[in-house]
Amino acid sequence: MKLKNPWPIYFKKDVETHYCPGCGHGIVHRLISEAVEELDVGKRTICVNPAGCAVIAYNYLNVDCIESAHGRGTAVATGLKRARPDLFVISYQGDGDLAAIGTAETIHSANRGECFTAVLINNAVYGMTGGQMAPTTLLSQKTTTTPTGRTSGNDGYPLHITDVVATFKGVAYAERVAVNGPAAVQRAKKALKNAFQAQIDGLGYSIIEVLSPCPVNWKMSPIEAWKWIDDVLSKEFPLGVLADRRPKAV
Amino acid sequence: MNKEFMSGNHSFGEAAIRAGCKHYFGYPITPQNELGEYMSEHLPKAGGVFLQSESETAAINMVEGASAVGARVMTSSSSPGISLKQEGISYLAGLELPAVIVNVMRGGPGLGDISAAQGDYFQATRGGGHGDYRTPVYAPASVQEIADLTYKAFDTADKYRTPVMVLSDGLIGQMKEPVVFPKKIEKLPEKEWALRGMGSGPSRLMASFHIDPAVIERHNWKLFRKYQEIEKNETMYETYMTDDADIIAIAYGCTARIAKGAIKRVRKDGIKAGLIRPITLWPFPSQIIKDTASKIKKYIVFEMSTGQMLDDVLLAVEGRIKVQFHGRPGGAIPTPAEFARIIYREYQLESKS
Ligand SMILES: Cc1ncc(C[n+]2csc(CCOP(=O)(O)OP(=O)(O)O)c2C)c(N)n1
Ligand code: SF4
Repeated sequence: MKLKNPWPIYFKKDVETHYCPGCGHGIVHRLISEAVEELDVGKRTICVNPAGCAVIAYNYLNVDCIESAHGRGTAVATGLKRARPDLFVISYQGDGDLAAIGTAETIHSANRGECFTAVLINNAVYGMTGGQMAPTTLLSQKTTTTPTGRTSGNDGYPLHITDVVATFKGVAYAERVAVNGPAAVQRAKKALKNAFQAQIDGLGYSIIEVLSPCPVNWKMSPIEAWKWIDDVLSKEFPLGVLADRRPKAV
Repeated sequence: MNKEFMSGNHSFGEAAIRAGCKHYFGYPITPQNELGEYMSEHLPKAGGVFLQSESETAAINMVEGASAVGARVMTSSSSPGISLKQEGISYLAGLELPAVIVNVMRGGPGLGDISAAQGDYFQATRGGGHGDYRTPVYAPASVQEIADLTYKAFDTADKYRTPVMVLSDGLIGQMKEPVVFPKKIEKLPEKEWALRGMGSGPSRLMASFHIDPAVIERHNWKLFRKYQEIEKNETMYETYMTDDADIIAIAYGCTARIAKGAIKRVRKDGIKAGLIRPITLWPFPSQIIKDTASKIKKYIVFEMSTGQMLDDVLLAVEGRIKVQFHGRPGGAIPTPAEFARIIYREYQLESKS
């Protein structure tokens, strides 16, 4: 396929990545850059960067960015969007950020139908702090704080936050995708564009959950990590559209 | 200008709207609920947005977002809720984002009570959240001052790009008094630094995180210089009957009102008492307290706490004269008669010595 632009306008060029080899964050950044360009909203985009591995997403995304305290991205996004409804707002968050410390903000901004898009990177661990248990960590998955594997008795079960918010009437679009391979990446981009379009159309909250490899903390090679998403992670978190309240085309 | 008869809590709201505040995010807590309620009714009429957030934590982070795109924005709470806002206030300081935060203090620690108290002085003036930052703090002593200082707080916040606190208490918040409001601002200048999307320019960034310690150090020195400017330019206080005084009370907010009542009483008996009332708690009016110390016998510090502002007074006095403290913590409201007794007692002790 021939790209319209050899390099997306909203993706910074000639910068060194700080992400680990095989990390999913960089892929999602690139998809976001392409999507805002194709939907022609890049010049009015503000991306909220989380505390997490993506804290310096602004090194790669060539759009206005603001930092948020850990977990508060959707509250910051609410403030941005309420003050400037004409802007296009993305809250980019990890699973610890969005589904543990920031659960209340996630639930309530979704329930209010705040008109921005949350992008949730589900890598089943806390990446930035060195691989501790996340709310999305699988049962029996080993992390630095579940050294013998997560148990339901001690830690409860993997939290399906996107499935939860998908039930809210304020949510226009929710989908879970992955970025482990070219076909998955194409589907992920389509999902992002659907969510972004819902925001552009003023339909309410949208969220895209991305199953994203963290080979370093999974103690796998990048190839093994891709396979683990297919074989294990996506069995707990099945891919697909979780909510679509966009008006049907007639 | 029309005089209106209004509660302190409503006056916060009206003054903010007149100062061009278009956005309010907050969560209910007594004794400041009337402020949020006022905003819910009047802010939409003024073309603004009122949003009841899911928590104080969420509210202060919504403030971050609205401030980042250049809006004048306010949040309010009372003591326990202000504790929850501290992380966000630290981010506002680090990101250099202006905002006005109102604390209508109640008794603590913990859930405390819903009566007026002044136990949050340390939290307000020492930064409160993490990191090396300061927050300008205005302490109104009347409903009129609530109006004037809230209005001013927005200017100070914008001028220095910093969060500003208005520290009041349940007594002044709930009290009704005549008040004349400042003129409504119709149009504010654009904030050059605000996020607005790239438009035709380069992308903008707001971050307080920097991997390089040298960058953070530079940033902290920059903040420090800003705080020095604020100390130089923004310190406010009132003196009352200090010219001939032998003994001077130091008190802020509602406690200063009570102290004034006490001073009026003891003056009738020929006791030369006066009052210094800090209006900004940070920056603290140390200079006037230092300069006055050489002219009088004793200071008496009155607070509705077990002694917090007392530390700042002691630092200013530097041991030059005696400083007596009298406080009532946890929401018990002292009377002018009680303060007058303390002044009589201290005066007599001084005369004997
Ligand atoms: C209040 C607060 N608590 C803890 C931290 C430390 N911290 C930073 S990022 C993070 C978790 C990151 O995990 P996740 O959100 O899943 O994102 P990832 O790094 O995996 O992309 C934590 C605990 C913090 N910055 N602030
Ligand atoms: S720790 Fe994991 S999520 Fe973080 S950069 Fe490395 S691979 Fe990516």
